[in-house]
Amino acid sequence: MKNYIIKRIIFSVFILFFVTLIIYTLIRCLPASYVETMAMQLSTKPGAKPYEEWVAQLNASYGLDQPIIIGYFHWLADFAQGNFGDSWRFTVPVIQKFKEVIGVSFVMGAISLVLELVIAIPLGVIAATKQYSKADYAISASALVGISLPTFFFATILKLIFSVKLGWFDTHGMVGRNYAQLDAMGKFLDQANHLVLPIATLTIVSVGSLMRYTRTNMLEVLNADYIRTARAKGLSEGRVIYHHAFRNTLIPLVTIVGGSLPGLFSGALITETLFSIPGIGFTSYQSMTAGDIPFTMFYLSFIALLTLAGNLISDILYAVVDPRVRLS
Amino acid sequence: MSEELKNTNQTEEQYSLNDDRRVKVLSPGALVVKRFFRNRLAVLGLIMLIVMFVFSFVGGFVMPYGQAEQFYTVTYLDKEYVGVTRNDELRYAVADGQEFGTILQAQFLLALGKGKTEYSYKGEDYTLTEEGADFYSISKADGTVLAIAYKDIVNAADGMEDPAFAVKYEALKAYANGGTSFSADGGDYTLDEEGNILSDGTVIGYISRFVVAPKENGVTITRDFKEKLQEALEDDITEFAYTDEEGVESTYKVSYDATAKVWSVQQKTPSYVYDTYGQPSMKHPLGTDKNGMDMLVRLMYGGRVSLVIGFIVVAIETVIGVILGGISGYFGKWVDNLIMRIVDIFYCIPSMPVIIILGAAMDNMRVDPQIRMLYLMLILGFLGWPGIARLVRGQILSLREQEFMTATEACGIRVSRRIFRHLIPNVIPQLIVTCTMGLGSTIIMEATLSFLGLGVKFPFASWGSIISDVNNSYVMTTFWFIWIPAGICLLIAVLGFNFVGDGLRDAFDPKMKR
Repeated sequence: MKNYIIKRIIFSVFILFFVTLIIYTLIRCLPASYVETMAMQLSTKPGAKPYEEWVAQLNASYGLDQPIIIGYFHWLADFAQGNFGDSWRFTVPVIQKFKEVIGVSFVMGAISLVLELVIAIPLGVIAATKQYSKADYAISASALVGISLPTFFFATILKLIFSVKLGWFDTHGMVGRNYAQLDAMGKFLDQANHLVLPIATLTIVSVGSLMRYTRTNMLEVLNADYIRTARAKGLSEGRVIYHHAFRNTLIPLVTIVGGSLPGLFSGALITETLFSIPGIGFTSYQSMTAGDIPFTMFYLSFIALLTLAGNLISDILYAVVDPRVRLS
Repeated sequence: MSEELKNTNQTEEQYSLNDDRRVKVLSPGALVVKRFFRNRLAVLGLIMLIVMFVFSFVGGFVMPYGQAEQFYTVTYLDKEYVGVTRNDELRYAVADGQEFGTILQAQFLLALGKGKTEYSYKGEDYTLTEEGADFYSISKADGTVLAIAYKDIVNAADGMEDPAFAVKYEALKAYANGGTSFSADGGDYTLDEEGNILSDGTVIGYISRFVVAPKENGVTITRDFKEKLQEALEDDITEFAYTDEEGVESTYKVSYDATAKVWSVQQKTPSYVYDTYGQPSMKHPLGTDKNGMDMLVRLMYGGRVSLVIGFIVVAIETVIGVILGGISGYFGKWVDNLIMRIVDIFYCIPSMPVIIILGAAMDNMRVDPQIRMLYLMLILGFLGWPGIARLVRGQILSLREQEFMTATEACGIRVSRRIFRHLIPNVIPQLIVTCTMGLGSTIIMEATLSFLGLGVKFPFASWGSIISDVNNSYVMTTFWFIWIPAGICLLIAVLGFNFVGDGLRDAFDPKMKR
């Protein structure tokens, strides 16, 4: 087990190295729009140096004049030491901006994950136990509708109904107009109010796949021999399902939920952007479209790290939860 | 297909031994079809897909409009046409060869205010005579008329020269005293009731208290229009229609500004403009978009783009995934290890951010929309293959241990044929399911990118880029027909793929059936 984890971590580091190399190369090969825009602005000021000189100076100051490989190793050395540089778009250290915005993303992700679990697991179990019934059709169909809903379209519809027509929520942002005048409780409620629609969007769009996953696994378990044995023993149907079957269904569920825990920090790029929630997703979207290399590199490496951590956690959990599985 | 399925579906045959369907012999393919059509959701999905395909691919030919055809409409703009003021100030006309400067004018006004009939300035004496209501003449001591001051204005008729001083003088005199004829400069003139000055039967000018000034250059105001306008003003009408000499009828709106004492006349001018955000009508069942293009046609062509992009991307993913997964699974050992590590790396690349970055970069480089679409497909396909490679490899790892593979080896069939002719066909059921579901998610991905403005660009449409109009919140709240239908099309297509994929999974994998 220990050896397996160590081996996996070594592999992860190796993968992370290549992923960051690919991303760095990709970003460096793009026209450095940020530097050019900056240079354009600076050179139009009265008495300024010509555009070419500014480009050269900015490139030098941002380390963009080095060849890609050398630049990458410089970046990697800084990254390994926890020095992530300053964001160009936000003009603060990357890590500071990250600390500012990660909280709200995590809260959003955590709440919607809990909601997903609460909705998906019971419905998935019901659908599986009553396979081919009306309830099963309804649940399966709505799970597929949830999967098929494009986030942006669904979010816009929610906005139209609840923000524009009913006026319950604001369409954009994290705080209301009179936020500064509110007391602590009022501030909390105001923020909570602004998070309702984004969390609803996140939950509904992603609840479907978990529901289907629960249903499929439950069906698989229900077809297993030990369930037949349990029934043959004369156990009540409720005990068969909730004691014998459900606990076995939990095995894949625990691994998949465990694996998605690191993803709570990755933010919801589209949803946050649509609702202008200042989380990590929206921030990184802004930095990506502005060509802010330090923040983008940090965000992408962070996401890659989270993916690897998620895979590792789910594999380990698989062995921990299911004694039949031995890791090698 | 049925031949390929024989191997995987051996279990199905065994299954049907316990089944009363056993009496009816069906090929494995037919069994799959039968199971598929028994699933109501899958059939519904198939119908949805057929509808969307017909809509997108046939619809474009049926509709009479082109993809980028713009429509026009006539809107009426209220343009400031003329301003009308009632002349309440004295105006001056100076006799030929005389001078009557501003100082003399001021002195005259002073005298008039005091009720005097004479005044002197710089040793010269002037006499002012009230010739009629608001009409005065100023003459020198020797009796020659120097200038006249008046409120009723003598205008030249259309196309005529400005009347000479003497004519003006005599005309105003006659007008003020109710005369109908006068003579000046050796010519005879008549004056009719409407204030027209006629010479030998032709109108050379007219007298009116209203000053009509055009608000735009190049606008000449006809006498006829002025009269009509005057009538309207006197009757206090706020809107009147006027047909000019060329027979063009236009409507005018009159409003009075009390502080400036000006009537402003606005002409309703027809403007030929793009029919932007036209409401749904018989001609355009879903209205028109911001460029004045028919929404329904845009939706059809947008569907074509969305579906074609989906298919091409999935095709690219499948080709790369099958080749790499097949090689990896068949050879095992270090080849497998290498390819799987590459898969791990690709799995780890956050695809959405990377595509957003590339999209922003393409925005910056102003890539041609058509080439951009091509790049988009390549990028999406190149980032999406690892899932398929994993699937294929996993299946092949177990398949290659089976007897039929030993048989192919014994027959001396070459490796590439063994992989792609004997192993891959056995993976096809799972591949079809994955690809069908993948089509749905690819279409959503493309739509999301286009929605963010980083995918398909104008003049091409895709369902996502059509919805991106809602980034303008005015459009979102006011013009539902712009974005709701596109979203519904998107939902139907993706849902169709997911329903069909789900049904296929159940049909191919009978173990899931009780």
